[in-house]
Amino acid sequence: MERTVDWLVVIPLAPLLAAVINFLFGKWWIRHRAHWLAVPAVGLSFLTSIVAAWAVLGRDELLRQPLYTWIRAGEFHVPVELVADELTAVMLLVVTGVSFLVHVYSIGYMHHDPGYYRFFAWLPLFVFSMVMLVLASNFLVLFVFWEAVGLCSYLLIGFWFRRRSAAEAAKKAFVVNRIGDFGFALGIMLLFTSLGTLDYHAIFEAVPQLSSGTVTAIALLLFTGAIGKSAQLPLFVWLPDAMEGPTPVSALIHAATMVTAGIFMVARAHPIFLASPIALWVVAAIGALTAFVAATIATTQFDIKRVVAYSTVSQLGYMALALGVGAWIPAIFHLFTHAFFKALLFLGSGAVMHAMHDELDMRRMGGLKRWMPLTYWTFVIGAAANAGIVPLAGFWSKDEILVGAWVGGAPLLALVGLVAAFFTALYMFRAVFLTFHGQPRFDPHELHPHDPPATMAVPLVILAIGAALTGFLGVPPEAGWIHHALEPVFEGATHHEVTLGLTLGMAAASTLVALAGLWTAHAAYVRGTISPAAVAERLGPLYRLAANGWYFDFVYQRYVVRPLDAAATWLWRTVDVGIIDGAVNGSARIVALTAQLWRRLQTGLVANYALAIALGTVLLVGAYLAFGSTLFR
Amino acid sequence: MSELSATHFLLLSAALFIIGMVGVLTRRNVLVIFMCIELMLNAVNVSLIGFAWELHQLTGQVFALFVIAIAAAEAVVGLGIVMALTRRADTVDIDELRQLRE
Repeated sequence: MERTVDWLVVIPLAPLLAAVINFLFGKWWIRHRAHWLAVPAVGLSFLTSIVAAWAVLGRDELLRQPLYTWIRAGEFHVPVELVADELTAVMLLVVTGVSFLVHVYSIGYMHHDPGYYRFFAWLPLFVFSMVMLVLASNFLVLFVFWEAVGLCSYLLIGFWFRRRSAAEAAKKAFVVNRIGDFGFALGIMLLFTSLGTLDYHAIFEAVPQLSSGTVTAIALLLFTGAIGKSAQLPLFVWLPDAMEGPTPVSALIHAATMVTAGIFMVARAHPIFLASPIALWVVAAIGALTAFVAATIATTQFDIKRVVAYSTVSQLGYMALALGVGAWIPAIFHLFTHAFFKALLFLGSGAVMHAMHDELDMRRMGGLKRWMPLTYWTFVIGAAANAGIVPLAGFWSKDEILVGAWVGGAPLLALVGLVAAFFTALYMFRAVFLTFHGQPRFDPHELHPHDPPATMAVPLVILAIGAALTGFLGVPPEAGWIHHALEPVFEGATHHEVTLGLTLGMAAASTLVALAGLWTAHAAYVRGTISPAAVAERLGPLYRLAANGWYFDFVYQRYVVRPLDAAATWLWRTVDVGIIDGAVNGSARIVALTAQLWRRLQTGLVANYALAIALGTVLLVGAYLAFGSTLFR
Repeated sequence: MSELSATHFLLLSAALFIIGMVGVLTRRNVLVIFMCIELMLNAVNVSLIGFAWELHQLTGQVFALFVIAIAAAEAVVGLGIVMALTRRADTVDIDELRQLRE
C-alpha cells in the first residue's frame, strides 16, 4: 500500500535551512548563537522521522512525496521524490536521532571554537545529505547525496584545516572515497545501460532479465562504492585518520551517517545482490576479513579515538558479513544498535579528551574513574555493548549475525567473526582499563579532570540507555520487533530456519569468547598477571603487523601514492612546463622575433611610405599591363 | 607633329603626374607635398579631358569637374590638418613628425 503525503519533506528541509542560514549569516551575525537554529532544526527532523516511522513500521505502508522532476529527456526522466519504507524509516530514526544528540553534545564541546557557526552549518548539511540519501527513490539521487555525504565528511574532517594533519586526513578521506565512488558510478551506469531506468522499483522488478554475468558485475561495482564509504578492506584506511576532525564529527561519521550509507545501499539493493551468489560471497568474505583485521589493529593502538575508530571498521565488517550471508535484517539491526554504542563511545572519549586537555594517548591517562564517574559508567556500557556482553545491545545483533553466517552457508566466516569478537572484547576493555582504572599516569593537580557539562552529559546518558536497551528490539532472536518491522522490505530474501539449539549455542559461544576477551584485558591491564609488553615481544612480527595497521597505509604510500606522485611530477615538469608551456611561450617568442624584423619597416617617415605606395602601384600596374591586359599583345 | 591626339594629352598628363609624385617623395615641407598631390590630381584631370576630347563625349569632362570639387574639399581638410600640426608641433617638416613610430 502506498500513501502520498506532504510532510515528509520536513525531514530534509529543516536541517538544510539551518545549514544555509548559518552558512550565510553565521560569520557576522549569528556567531555563537548558531546552535539556536541547528539543534531545533535537527530535533524537528527527528520528531518528523518518528512520525514517519510510526506511519510506516508494522503497517506495510509506503510513504511517498514527489518533489519535482530533475531530468526529463525523452524516455529518461529522473524524479526527485522522497520515499519512506520500513528500511528507510529505521535509517531515519538512527540518522536523525543520533545526529540530534551529537548536535546537543556539540554545543558544549565546540563552545570555545572560533569556527562555531561554521561547525553548525556543516553538521546539519551532513544530516540533510544523509537523510536525502536514505529517502531517495532512484539510484541517481542516491548517488548525488552519496557524493554530498562525502563532501560534508571532507569539510568536517578538515574542520581545523589550519592543522596540516587535519587537512591531509580530509583529503585522504575524500580521495579514498572517490576510488570507491568510481566503481559505484560505473555500477549505476551499467544498471542504466542494461535496464534503461534508475528507479529502484523498476530495477528490482527487472533484475531477473539480466544475465548472471551482468548482475554480478553490477553487484560487485555497487559494492565497491560500499567498500569505500563503509570503510571495508582494502579501502578502510581513511576512517582512522578521520579522527582528525572534532570528536562530535567522528561520532556522526561513525555512528549515524556516512559509514552506514554503504551498508544501507547494499541492503537497499538486495534484489541485485541476491541474484548473484558470487557477489554475495565476496561481500561476506570481505566483511569477515575486515571485522578480523580491524579488531587486531584496534588491540594495538594507544590513541583512544583510534581504538574506537578501528572498532567501527570491525563492526562494519560484521554488518557486511551479515549482508553477504543473506542475514539482511540482522545487518540493519546491528547498524541500529551500533549507532547507539559507537556514538556513545565517541562522545565518551570526547568527554575524556575534554577533561584531559586534548590528550589522546591512553598511556598518559588512567584512574579517571575517580573524577569522571558519569563518563566512566556510560563508557563502560558502550564498551560492553560493543564487546557483545549479555544483555546489552551489541550482544543481540552480533549474535544474530554469527548465527546467520553459520546457517547461511559460511560457518568458516562465522568462526572468523567469533575470533574477531574475542579481540573486540579485548580492545574495548583494554581501552576502558587503560583510561579509567589503575593509577593516574599524569599529574592530577595540574589537569583536574572532571565530568563534562550538562549539554554533553545528557546525550551520553541517553545514548547509554539506548546502548543498553535497543538490543531488546530484536528479542527473541529472529522474531523480535525489528524483524517484524523490516520483514516486508526483505520479502524476496531466502529465509533460513534457525533451531533454538543453534541460537543458544552461538549465544553461549560468543558470550564465552567475549568474557575471555574481558578476562584477558583485565589480567593484562588491571591485575597485571599478563604483561602486554612481553606478549608483544613474543608475538614479534605479528604484533608489528597489527600495530602498523597490517601495513595498508605503508603499501598504499609506497606502491600507489609515490608512483602517482612521481608520475604527476613528471607530467608537470616535462609535459606541462616543457611541452605545453613551451609551445605557448615558443609561439609567442616566434611572433616577437618576427615583429622585431618587421618593425624596421616602420620608419615613421612619410616619404618612405609614399615611396612604398608608389612602387607598389607601379608594380601592380606593371604586372597588369604585362600579363593581364591586351595592350601590348 | 601633325595633329593634336590623345597621346599628347597622355604624355602631358604622365609628365605632370611624375613631377607631382617625385615632389611628394622628395620634399619635406608638408605644404609643398600637399601642392604636389594637387598636381597629381590635376594630371589625372588632364588625361580625363584628353579622352573626352578624343572620344567626343562629355563624361570625361564631368569626371574632371567632380575631381576638382573633391580636390577642393580635400584641400580644406588637408590645410586644416596642416594648421593643427603647426600649432601643435610648431613645424611643417615631415621628417620631424614621427611620433606614431614611437
